[in-house]
Amino acid sequence: MASGVETVLIAMLGGAIRVSTPYLFVALGETITEKSGRINLGLEGNLVLGAMVAYATSFHSGLPWLGVLAAFGSGLVLGLIHGAVCSLPKVNDIAVGIAMMTFGIGIAFFLGKPYIQPQAPRLEGLPLGNWATNPALKQALLINPLFFLGIAIAVVLWWAFANTRPGLILRTTGDSEASARALGVNPIKVRILATVLGGGLAGVGGAFLSLSYPGSWNEGLSSGQGLMAVALVIFARWHPLRCVVAALLFGAAGALGPALQSVGISQGYYFFNAAPYILTLFIMIASARSGATQHQAPGELSIVK
Amino acid sequence: MDAEASPPKPQRAFGAETLRSVEALVVPVGSVLASALLFSVFLLVLGKDPVQFFQLLWKGGFGTSFSIQNTLQRSAPIILTGLAFAVPATIGLTMIGAEGPLVIGGFAAAAAAIPLVTIGAPTSVLLALMAAAAMAAGALLIMLVGWLRHARSVNETISSLLLTYIAIATMNFFVEGALRDPSSQNKPSTLPIGKDNMIGSIPGTDVHWGLAAGVILAVLIGLLLRRTTFGFAARVTGGNPHAALAQGLPVGGLILACTAISGAVAGLAGFFEVAAIHGQANASLVAGYGFTGILVSFLARHNPFVVVPIAIIFGAIDASGGLIQRRMDLPDATSALLQGLIFITLLASETLLGRFRMFQPVEAR
Amino acid sequence: MPNFDFKRRDFLRTGAAGLAAGALPLSLAKQAKAAGDLTIGVIYVGPKDDFGWNQAHAVAMDILKGVEGVTVVEEESVPETDACAKSMESMINLDGAGLILGTSFGYYIPFMQDLAAKYPEVVFRHAAPLWSDADPANAGSYFCYLNQAHYVDGVAAGLSSPTGKIGFVAAKPIPSVLSNINSVLLGARSVNPDATVQVIFTGDWSMPVREAEAANALVDAGCDVLTCHVDGPKVVIETAEARGVKSCGHNASQAPLAPNGFITGAEYKWETIYKMYADMLATGEPLPNIVVGGYHNDMVQNTTYGAGATPEAIAAADAAIAALKAGEPIFTGTLKDNLGNVVIDKAYDNYDPHLDGMDYLLEGVIGSIT
Repeated sequence: MASGVETVLIAMLGGAIRVSTPYLFVALGETITEKSGRINLGLEGNLVLGAMVAYATSFHSGLPWLGVLAAFGSGLVLGLIHGAVCSLPKVNDIAVGIAMMTFGIGIAFFLGKPYIQPQAPRLEGLPLGNWATNPALKQALLINPLFFLGIAIAVVLWWAFANTRPGLILRTTGDSEASARALGVNPIKVRILATVLGGGLAGVGGAFLSLSYPGSWNEGLSSGQGLMAVALVIFARWHPLRCVVAALLFGAAGALGPALQSVGISQGYYFFNAAPYILTLFIMIASARSGATQHQAPGELSIVK
Repeated sequence: MDAEASPPKPQRAFGAETLRSVEALVVPVGSVLASALLFSVFLLVLGKDPVQFFQLLWKGGFGTSFSIQNTLQRSAPIILTGLAFAVPATIGLTMIGAEGPLVIGGFAAAAAAIPLVTIGAPTSVLLALMAAAAMAAGALLIMLVGWLRHARSVNETISSLLLTYIAIATMNFFVEGALRDPSSQNKPSTLPIGKDNMIGSIPGTDVHWGLAAGVILAVLIGLLLRRTTFGFAARVTGGNPHAALAQGLPVGGLILACTAISGAVAGLAGFFEVAAIHGQANASLVAGYGFTGILVSFLARHNPFVVVPIAIIFGAIDASGGLIQRRMDLPDATSALLQGLIFITLLASETLLGRFRMFQPVEAR
Repeated sequence: MPNFDFKRRDFLRTGAAGLAAGALPLSLAKQAKAAGDLTIGVIYVGPKDDFGWNQAHAVAMDILKGVEGVTVVEEESVPETDACAKSMESMINLDGAGLILGTSFGYYIPFMQDLAAKYPEVVFRHAAPLWSDADPANAGSYFCYLNQAHYVDGVAAGLSSPTGKIGFVAAKPIPSVLSNINSVLLGARSVNPDATVQVIFTGDWSMPVREAEAANALVDAGCDVLTCHVDGPKVVIETAEARGVKSCGHNASQAPLAPNGFITGAEYKWETIYKMYADMLATGEPLPNIVVGGYHNDMVQNTTYGAGATPEAIAAADAAIAALKAGEPIFTGTLKDNLGNVVIDKAYDNYDPHLDGMDYLLEGVIGSIT
């Protein structure tokens, strides 16, 4: 059974790296948006549209990295629509987010039909496991550069939120509109920018799905990952580094179901497949302290008021 | 559009209430027309005929007596899930998952039916107990969300989403395992309740009783939230929970009550899916009605009375989507695109409410 | 699955001539003859171009579109809820459809059964072997037994795999999936008695990320051939190719996706059925209540061998196809499930309804269905 445990652990390591990246990008994007006091529940739409656009671009140009860029661009556009519409007085950001999700998925499915069958060039992974003798470990360490880019963005955001003027402006806008105005900042502008940037990052997450792992475009590709990633931001309490931890944990838990079956533990596989959700819920309950979430939440954020 | 440019005549024969209702009608209708215009441009780009599109939309949604019944039947579950979102929203909770209580409610109804059908319980008893099981299961699930929020500060949006996935896994686990009807073969399902035990249609129609239940509950919940002390307290809490606590309102109890109503209503939607449509529980219960309900409720601004007409509009778009696909050779995603467009413009149009001087009462000018 | 085995055997014995057996709805014949103004309504459970189950149907449907006087109206992504019943009714009421084809398993019970009773003048045909005598005479079934082609996959895989360990990514533990898994095993064991099939269930028909995880887990567990039964096999085949192992396809040809490792694949030939329907509609003949088939009547096929198939594998697979065409049974002898119970104790005909209710994994399959 020792080898079984090893197999599962290696699979979870690989899963943590492979499965986590789209969650990471969406969660970081949403963190930026929510820090400004807005919530964009529609990033599932950005993720799916990004996946489709990246795949189509890579297919036509033969350049997968151009696909990533195009996905970023498509995310920016959806983010701009959300940011602009929600800046109108009395418009509810949660509802617009859900409408944007329908809209983004609708466009992606509408335009994506011709790209389900063809093969587009994928992003190459970095073979960091060539030293390993275990082929499973070698595979787990074949890591896409986007994973490292995501972690780098998380570190930069963590530093920038605390130490830069734009970071201060963003946090102030999110905590109190009045203070932002006192600083001479236009909160509407800040929020639109934050939503646009967040939308773009979510688009890159989509590019990872279609161009790296699983590396194919079809309509079932995301199945709710974008929505879940938005929820993970609350779980991570708006902290970029905790977003990394949350995404890794979620990815590793997602690899648990298939890995356990591969070593012969298959009873109740529905629950193993639901492990990420069960685990997240338990951690939330266990780590919840009265008022902790409220305390760390941006003060202007509608969803935690 | 701003009324500053052309001041209206100061005399007006209508009261403030009437003016506001007219405005509440004119603005959304205008925005639907605007989105129709946008969508027409999109169709023209595709080389399709917008006039035909809207004719089919009408024909498929309301154009024939069959279409109207089709629309009403499709609106039945989303009236209930819309209400399931609206009630907790009143008290300030944003639930992502009426899908969870719907699925678990439908499953509980089908599971409760197994022993009752086996002992040959009379139909009325069977259905009553199934409905009770569905409502109880749904209510418990969402009360858990409410309790976690109140007692442990666990964010209700994320916990309701997580519990939706867990609820679906739970149903699948039993439906494909212990409670599977061996004859269900390639579509694992629980034991059917039997055709004779199923809830029929509203007399003279093909629409199941879930529609009537939705309309009645919309009225009851509307009255509860708008005309009772309970509703007033819930709305105060939703507006400002700290003030509500300071005033000594039983916030915890209110949250539990609202989440119980929400879960029970969504569970009832699951009951109708089982008792009126499938006759058993299986993976088809996961049809996305819970998520649609969120938008329905927002567009109704969480007003239970308004949930009904909005859900019917959703039902009509759904009902005509197929006809449009068939006649115009448009892919399935067309409906999603149109819905997205309409919702975004409708939500954006809320900003116009109260901005037209012609709709303001004279004394306010 | 009671009652209609007799009829089905009848059909098998008599072949194409026996197709017209059973109760015959007359109105369709009348409609098609009367200046050929028949409208056929088709519903799909997913997008028509999913590169999988739905696309296999949609492509074959072109044959019906070519029949003079026949109009085909199609609706995709119709869920197995009352929405499918309403879509069919809408086709009948608003488009005047006289023949409805439902291509997803869950459409039949209760929806198509009920509608067939409600609209006796409309003909309903459903793509799974579910129709029985007790059902309305204007309803009916058609089905291709893909497990025969999966058996051939198994034969080819058994001789193309250096280790004899085959990995299978499966959606749900239901009879049609289990039958494919067991057939792959029996095919592989027929040429390599030590072959095994390891299965991982993803729990859903389209879960690309989990399918990729399952494929990777199977390769990590030592499997060197992968195959699958999910809606869109693209991810599994591509993952196998990327990991440097061989693969067998499902539903349609995936050969171009794996230039190095593709062995062969199991493909439906729905066009055989739709061609038959088209011919009968053109001559005004009523459609048979049940049409089922496999290799013996050209209703399944295997994808042209790819670079992953060894010469011995190709020879053995061709021989297996010839045997299936001659009606040689797949499930024969005394077979145990992987819990040790005897589940097969005689030779079952490849269309025996007993096999339609398969709820076990044979000895040699690594995995569990609970």
